[in-house]
Amino acid sequence: MATLDLVIQEDVTATPVRSTRRLGRLFWAALGWVIFVFAAATLVDVLPLPSPTDMDMLERRAPVSALHWLGTDGFGRDELARLIHGARISLIVGLCAPIIGLTIGGALGMLAGYFRGRFESLVVGSMDVLLAFPPLILALAVTAYLGQSIPNLTFILGVLGIPAFMRVARAATLTLARREFVVAAQALGASHARILLRELLPNVMLPLLAFFLLGVAVTIVAEGALSFLGLGVPPPISSWGSMIGEGRESLDVAPQLAFIPAIAMFLTVLSFNLVGDSLRALTDPRQGAL
Amino acid sequence: MTGTPLLSVEDVAVDLPTARGNLRAVDRVDLTLGAGRTLGIVGESGCGKTMLSRAILQLLPKKAKLSGRVMFDGQDLARCSAETLRKLRARSLAVVFQDPMTSLNPVLTIGTQLIETLQEHLELDGMAATKRSIELLAAVGIPAPEQRLAQYPHQLSGGMRQRVAIAIALSCEPKLLIADEPTTALDVTIQAQILDLLAREQKRRHMAMIIITHDLGVVAGRTDEVAVMYAGRVVERAPTQALFKHMRMPYTEALLAAIPKLDTAPHTPLPAISGRPPDPTRPLIGCSFAPRCRYAAGRCEAEKPKLAAAETADHLYACFHPIKLAAGVGA
Repeated sequence: MATLDLVIQEDVTATPVRSTRRLGRLFWAALGWVIFVFAAATLVDVLPLPSPTDMDMLERRAPVSALHWLGTDGFGRDELARLIHGARISLIVGLCAPIIGLTIGGALGMLAGYFRGRFESLVVGSMDVLLAFPPLILALAVTAYLGQSIPNLTFILGVLGIPAFMRVARAATLTLARREFVVAAQALGASHARILLRELLPNVMLPLLAFFLLGVAVTIVAEGALSFLGLGVPPPISSWGSMIGEGRESLDVAPQLAFIPAIAMFLTVLSFNLVGDSLRALTDPRQGAL
Repeated sequence: MTGTPLLSVEDVAVDLPTARGNLRAVDRVDLTLGAGRTLGIVGESGCGKTMLSRAILQLLPKKAKLSGRVMFDGQDLARCSAETLRKLRARSLAVVFQDPMTSLNPVLTIGTQLIETLQEHLELDGMAATKRSIELLAAVGIPAPEQRLAQYPHQLSGGMRQRVAIAIALSCEPKLLIADEPTTALDVTIQAQILDLLAREQKRRHMAMIIITHDLGVVAGRTDEVAVMYAGRVVERAPTQALFKHMRMPYTEALLAAIPKLDTAPHTPLPAISGRPPDPTRPLIGCSFAPRCRYAAGRCEAEKPKLAAAETADHLYACFHPIKLAAGVGA
């Protein structure tokens, strides 16, 4: 037996080396902006801002001044205060809605991809129905019956996101479930729950999280579009979409009222996409090795 | 072999429904394996080796139909409840696959994969499981095992990954280890190391092992018994020594001839087996190997030869025109 031990020689260096990957300046700028918007939205109550709903009819569409840093809107409300309060709405809806999609869609997709069979047909079929349903009609129907509110808006956007998350999770699970590590786990006596949670979930989570950040960006835009159409948050609460909608009426005299919230939305959406992309590249341990 | 064998495969057939009709991947195979012994299953691609191993593990594709009995440790695996089967696998079965790229979870560290398996099977606490993992990694010949625990599979070479896969398979102290082409995806220089490692761990743990391979050279020195498979059937089965000394089945002879040898002159064409295995969805009436066999004559095309014992009780082959004993090739 001793001779056998001698045969084993090693083909890699004895001490493992850790590789470090660099993140670009763009990533840090994007992350900085996201943190800045988060901080502003969280601290909105302690910041020394004027009320976002107090109207000052003498100062309508006022230009930038020491009192109103970004001027006032068509009703004389402080633009900066409305922008930051709007950020809060956009972020709450933008984060909560994809979480609904991620949880429900991800779970359904993994179960469908792992167990296949009739359950899969049922899930995929019902998601196709949901996808075929016109989203605006659904939004109109829900707001008409349940009323305009932030939870309702989040609910609509969340439900609309389920099919996409389901598809991402199912596609990833389908390819992974056939890998030998899953068969090896089964051969070692792992239960279905264990295989799903410990073997598959960590793998499926990566594409899902990357898709989640994309979902945040898309939802912020969708919330803006719904608010622009008057289906979003009820006035006088401000959201970026409703601010753009209100600014549209005075585009010729005060274009900044539409452009300032539009720029804020643009930067935030871009930042989420950039951060999502970099994080995906960073946390992907496969590096093309598989 | 005395008493009841650890594993006995009785009349096992696997049918796969395909678009082109029923595919019989494994055709009425009988095998036995005693505790602590090694069986080699040899055959070319698509002859049912892997399907047979999956049938033993009860990990066949959902659509596959299995008939026959797989007796393991006194229980018929094919008729176990899902829960009994899961417990039995956890306690006594393990498998090592061909491709170490895909047999390890790419997003979990080596440590997580090993420690969790240990915690689940042996009910160890975290510290004990970590200690045991380091021992296991050291046992399979991985240097600096403490550091390896924090690494991901893609940070290791193919040979190292296969060692980790073996460590995970050994972690639950199996009674039977199935190695499904464990060295096919590896460099030739690493192949011998991995095979020696398997042989050493097998002796130490007194477990039974099935080595599945297409390379007769792999089974030659490392198995007690060899079963040669062709088109889903076992066509020759014998103790390893006897097989290499007096092979009777022309297919086995052809397989051995197809192994490159060091003493042949350069640029000598390799004697490959001409033709291809028969379409498994259109089974032949006669011997499956007949169209490619140079001894085929008469009833070979019309009748299937049965696997039967000849001179010695433990040497079985399925051929009407076996190779004469004198013509045997020394291993």
